[in-house]
Amino acid sequence: MSLSPKQIESIAHLARLELKPEEIPVYADSLSRIFGLVGELDRAQTAQVEPMAHPLEQVQRLRADEATSPNQRELYQRNAPQVEGGLYLVPKVIE
Amino acid sequence: MAEKTLAEVAAGLKARKYSSVELTRAYLARIEQAQPALNALVTVTAESALAAAAVADQRLADGTAGPLTGVPIIHKDIFCTAGVRTTCASRMLSNFISPYDATLVTRLKEAGTVMLGKANMDEFAMGSSNETSYFGPVHNPWDPKVVPGGSSGGSAAAVAARLAPLATATDTGGSIRQPAALCGVTGIKPTYGRVSRYGMIAFASSLDQAGVITVSAEDAAMTLQAMAGFDPRDSTSVDVPVPDYTAELGTPMRGLRIGILTEFFGEGLDPAIEKSVREALAAWQRLGATVKEVSLPNLPLSVPTYYVVAPAECSSNLARFDGVRFGHRCENPKDLMDLYKRSRAEGFGAEVKRRIMTGTYVLSAGYYDAYYLKAQRVRALINEDFRRAFGEVDLLLGPTTPTVAFGIGDKTSDPITMYLNDIYTIGANLAGLPAMSIPCGFAAGLPVGVQLIGPHFSEGRLLAAAHAYQRETDFHLRTPAGWAADFNPASKAGAK
Repeated sequence: MSLSPKQIESIAHLARLELKPEEIPVYADSLSRIFGLVGELDRAQTAQVEPMAHPLEQVQRLRADEATSPNQRELYQRNAPQVEGGLYLVPKVIE
Repeated sequence: MAEKTLAEVAAGLKARKYSSVELTRAYLARIEQAQPALNALVTVTAESALAAAAVADQRLADGTAGPLTGVPIIHKDIFCTAGVRTTCASRMLSNFISPYDATLVTRLKEAGTVMLGKANMDEFAMGSSNETSYFGPVHNPWDPKVVPGGSSGGSAAAVAARLAPLATATDTGGSIRQPAALCGVTGIKPTYGRVSRYGMIAFASSLDQAGVITVSAEDAAMTLQAMAGFDPRDSTSVDVPVPDYTAELGTPMRGLRIGILTEFFGEGLDPAIEKSVREALAAWQRLGATVKEVSLPNLPLSVPTYYVVAPAECSSNLARFDGVRFGHRCENPKDLMDLYKRSRAEGFGAEVKRRIMTGTYVLSAGYYDAYYLKAQRVRALINEDFRRAFGEVDLLLGPTTPTVAFGIGDKTSDPITMYLNDIYTIGANLAGLPAMSIPCGFAAGLPVGVQLIGPHFSEGRLLAAAHAYQRETDFHLRTPAGWAADFNPASKAGAK
């Protein structure tokens, strides 16, 4: 299987990754090789097999809808690139 | 007393042969000396280590110490450590100061361990050679020209060079066992859900598991005892009682049924590794274990299965790095899309981007059934193969890696040759099984590891088998040239 430069650009957009023009053929080549490897899965007969999402037969544990930790906004926002008045700042979204 | 196992160091502290402060100083001196040669750590926390050691010394003096009190430890830099930089070896998190401790870090802190620093690793644990780290490759103490393995390469190199008696690690496709094998140390990946993943930066959530790298199986048992157990903060944590692993170490090998994996002894395996592994098998037979060959026909599909499941989960987990709440942000973004795209492009390295894109593609509209669902179905087949095998044998045995450590730079040009390095380790992750690698010999002067895989929650059995073997052999106690652990912490200089 071979991925085209156009497909790589579209995947990179979906993944929110800016690629330089010279990177596109490099990723096209390595992703094509990876999907060549993945193509080996076609050998397996799986029509009657249930997909396995989790290694242990476990269901998602639930808990009561109660606050369990205090608000630590200031502590958490210390790692933010830009905050003001307790809010995260990003470039203007709505004109 | 030259090998500096955790058990010996802990006994030395109890016997007051040296204080935790003296021991900590000695290891910090070794780290300082080793850093230029090995690059095994990304952050050294000397000041807080000495403060923690002083507290440990008080507990040792007043009789409130536990088995690990005062023992120095290195944490893989994937574990959040409150107030300490936690980078996951990525530019994305190169300035991230964690606001909280991972549960594993909390538990080991409460057990009295003294953190010396954070271990280097492959970026976001994606790699098998520690070459994808933003902070540069780690060098194998057995030969600085070869890789230590990955992703827990810093942890394995640190223990091999005796920069600490133990280091925490994580394993998504072999990231504890493969570097343990390549560095000649002991590594255990517990059952999926056995050790809390709260505060462990996520890569592939249905595969990730925390464990430890030590010198011996006895050391691993002591550490796992403190690490394991239910954590309500991790939704994948399992509420199963933790047995007494140290008490189980003495379990006799007589009657233990070992299965040797046919699929692990085929094409691609270095004959020198096969020889060492078969000699190890003979040692267990002498101890009374029985051996039969077991075939897991779907196991050869582990690597392709993994390279759908792991990238899919990685693309989803790493979507959180958006340059808004934490992590790297690009300069002068012109709009929100530009901020996302450039922050992520600048913050992530090439291998991480490759996996994010692979995962994005397999989860995208029109391809989900063909790739992701198909891989999950094959995963079920592999799991069923293991289940069937454990109806016949108590544990499975094979090599950990197909070759010994390879040269730095040798496998970076083709991702597939790098990925195939994990061919023997990935199966246990797909099925969520506990597995270990322990040293069993040398080939061309480099360490060889033998791998043991057991049924879910059989860590005690694996540790007992490893311990029985390590009582008969000394491969795990050997240290690389120049890194002998013959230093005396109680001497004035600390270092040798």
